[in-house]
Amino acid sequence: MKETKKQGGLNAEIQSRIGHQLRAMYDDVVRQGVPDRFAELIRKLDDPAEAAKHLAETDEQQAAKNDGRD
Amino acid sequence: MPLTDQLRDDILASVPSLRAFAISLSGNGDRADDLVQETLLRAIANIDSFQPGSNLPAWLFTILRNLFRSDYRKRRREVEDAEGNYAKTLKTQPAQNAHLEFEEFRAALDKLPQDQREALILVGASGFSYEDAAAICGCAVGTIKSRVNRARSKLSALLYVEGAEDFGPDDTVRAVIGGNGG
Repeated sequence: MKETKKQGGLNAEIQSRIGHQLRAMYDDVVRQGVPDRFAELIRKLDDPAEAAKHLAETDEQQAAKNDGRD
Repeated sequence: MPLTDQLRDDILASVPSLRAFAISLSGNGDRADDLVQETLLRAIANIDSFQPGSNLPAWLFTILRNLFRSDYRKRRREVEDAEGNYAKTLKTQPAQNAHLEFEEFRAALDKLPQDQREALILVGASGFSYEDAAAICGCAVGTIKSRVNRARSKLSALLYVEGAEDFGPDDTVRAVIGGNGG
């Protein structure tokens, strides 16, 4: 009876600690807010076509990089 | 749905948690911000496919998660190397202060299978319901629940069972494990 209780307590203690560490890691980043680069990016994208254009450029750069590597 | 100012503000408001998700998944700040940037571009380019009134954060997280997974396949080798380095660090350094404890947690998280890690982060840190997490990962609710449970027991084994033997127990764990009155 006592054994069972102790085991459950250990498990609960560990699980609560893991939950706490996970949220601490995550919230640390959330608290940094919105970096300027993303605020500017969203502000300057007026329509979906412009975002698509950016993506195409990024893909081209990526493809060029990969070509260089192979 | 057209790109209204309201929608733009809502997307912006999701950026901090998107970054936290990306960093938790990838363990690398620069790469995480590239993932967030591509997520934002893709979201805005495909804003027509967003259903007004549906869960915007869940939609954005789905985009980021899918990008990460396609990216991950390309970079698996790099990730494996990084894990090797983590393992070396852990063997030589005792976990004695907050920073090392954080590193140790981070390393244990990176050891989880990808499916389990993302499920645990979505439910345990991002605060999504099991239903939303299942939608984001494209699987059944029961699957998410079992992944979260397996992730928790594996972390617990890595950090508080093996860890206690390898590095010497820290005070809290020692108090709990050793608290049987002799």
